[in-house]
Amino acid sequence: MTPAKNLNLRAGLLSVLIFLALLGIWYIATASSGAGNSTAGMTAEQIEYAKMMGKDPGASAKGSGFPTLAEMGRTVWGHVSNPVYDNGPNDKGIAIQLAHSLGRVALGFGLACLVAIPLGFVIGMSPLLRRAFDPFIQVLKPISPLAWMPLALYTIKDSSISGIFVIFICSVWPMLVNTAFGVASVKRDWLNVSATLEVNPLRKAFLVILPAAAPTILTGMRISMGIAWLVIVAAEMLVGGTGIGYFVWNEWNNLSLTNVIFAILVIGVVGMLLDLAFGQLQKVVTYVE
Amino acid sequence: MWSDVAQRPAVSAPLATDATDTPYRKASAVTQGFLQIDRLSKAFVPPKPVFADVSFTLDKGEFVCIIGHSGCGKTTILNVLAGLDTATSGTVIMDGREVAGPSLDRGVVFQSHALMPWLTVRQNIAFAVKSRWPDWKKSQVDAHVEKFVALVGLSPAIDKKPSQLSGGMKQRVGIARAFSIQPKMLLLDEPFGALDALTRGTIQDELMAIVRQTQQTVFMITHDVDEAILLADRILLMSNGNETPEGYRPGGIAEVVVNPLPRERTRTSLHHLDGYYALRNHIVDFLVTRAKAH
Repeated sequence: MTPAKNLNLRAGLLSVLIFLALLGIWYIATASSGAGNSTAGMTAEQIEYAKMMGKDPGASAKGSGFPTLAEMGRTVWGHVSNPVYDNGPNDKGIAIQLAHSLGRVALGFGLACLVAIPLGFVIGMSPLLRRAFDPFIQVLKPISPLAWMPLALYTIKDSSISGIFVIFICSVWPMLVNTAFGVASVKRDWLNVSATLEVNPLRKAFLVILPAAAPTILTGMRISMGIAWLVIVAAEMLVGGTGIGYFVWNEWNNLSLTNVIFAILVIGVVGMLLDLAFGQLQKVVTYVE
Repeated sequence: MWSDVAQRPAVSAPLATDATDTPYRKASAVTQGFLQIDRLSKAFVPPKPVFADVSFTLDKGEFVCIIGHSGCGKTTILNVLAGLDTATSGTVIMDGREVAGPSLDRGVVFQSHALMPWLTVRQNIAFAVKSRWPDWKKSQVDAHVEKFVALVGLSPAIDKKPSQLSGGMKQRVGIARAFSIQPKMLLLDEPFGALDALTRGTIQDELMAIVRQTQQTVFMITHDVDEAILLADRILLMSNGNETPEGYRPGGIAEVVVNPLPRERTRTSLHHLDGYYALRNHIVDFLVTRAKAH
């Protein structure tokens, strides 16, 4: 067995152990809260007093309200075994909610690509435009995407499109900045080669500058995708209707913590998969000098 | 073109007669030399040009090396010849036409090989070939690429990426790429500067063989005196700009040395030839005492 494989195996084993330890802590924490606290040993006056103070000694006997592992398991199984169902606006399967969120992200992100990459290309090629656009980019970039929401809702008047707009506006900046930077820092030598070969501008853009800047551009896309997936949850909590963010908010209103926890896990896993996909894409375009 | 623009505002009485002379010079260009460099100067700081009044000619099929210390403006001259840089004043005429920008007529080998790392050897050269002959069919391009890769002995590595090649192999690809477009002349910017001595020797031999075989006109920058003596028919010795008691004196071509050694010289027997040491000492003396390095 090679050392690298051996290391992977040991790391995997350790991950499983950490996971089991976390589950164990959860199990112990939720199991102990059920015992002890009860009305036993309290006089009727004491119970009455406790109720007057807003505490319900009887209720505390049922536990802290935080779900136990078994409840969590049942919820997870319920969602995984039946991911696609639609019982009206407030009860949709997790896959349907995810599809809505992913659809919004894909649309907003795709539009951002269409704007940011060509614009970044032009900005990167022209020192004049780079300086002219710089103040706008610097001011617009740090704005929290959700700050655009009221403006979007007022002007677009459609909550779903507003959500897509928010994804668009948060994805645009990292891609724009990275594309411009990647294009501007293409090695002088490669441009000189294409100049001495009298390569026409279009061929130069697609065959020299684009592959040279591709790793930087993809880094920008990867960052953008990460931000878009962070923002979609918050955006859907605000606009409501469908999506994984709305699901979280809705289940909070239902006080169903198992569903909230399940949604959190799903958001994490999907985010990881998206990042992995972009990591693979990045590998494809990366070159060794 | 750029030189006209640069010169016009500066035209004074004595220069005006020169301007009228120019058509005559151009007309005689073909007979005088294949490449004509006329009173070239470059100033990054206007009162102190790096070099000024650089004039020389290259005949067809001639191999000319330029040697001098860092900062004397060798690379700037080469870039002006390539069309990648502009001179402050002066003209460059190749084959009767003024050099006004980069062109497929002049192949350039860069010091840092300048291969595109995302393309294989084949694709790198094919990129140049397709730029030269956009209408060629794929089979034609392939055959041409393979021919030039074979010329530098890299056929086994044709489908490798540059990162998988050694420094010497990368520079061979750079040379093959420059030759593959069959330019009217070749400009080499210290092509072996980054190579170890052994590899440098082998590639020098290969380059000399290809140049002799293709009758290529070559202008090359080097720091290596032996390399210049081995390869060049003529060696231009360049001095740096320096402050003298009489004021600033810009750099320029201090001397043109015609290589007296027989053209059929080889690297291994070079130092046994009569006149080799005299020539070498002369150039080294120049570099040590007269070139004024900073």
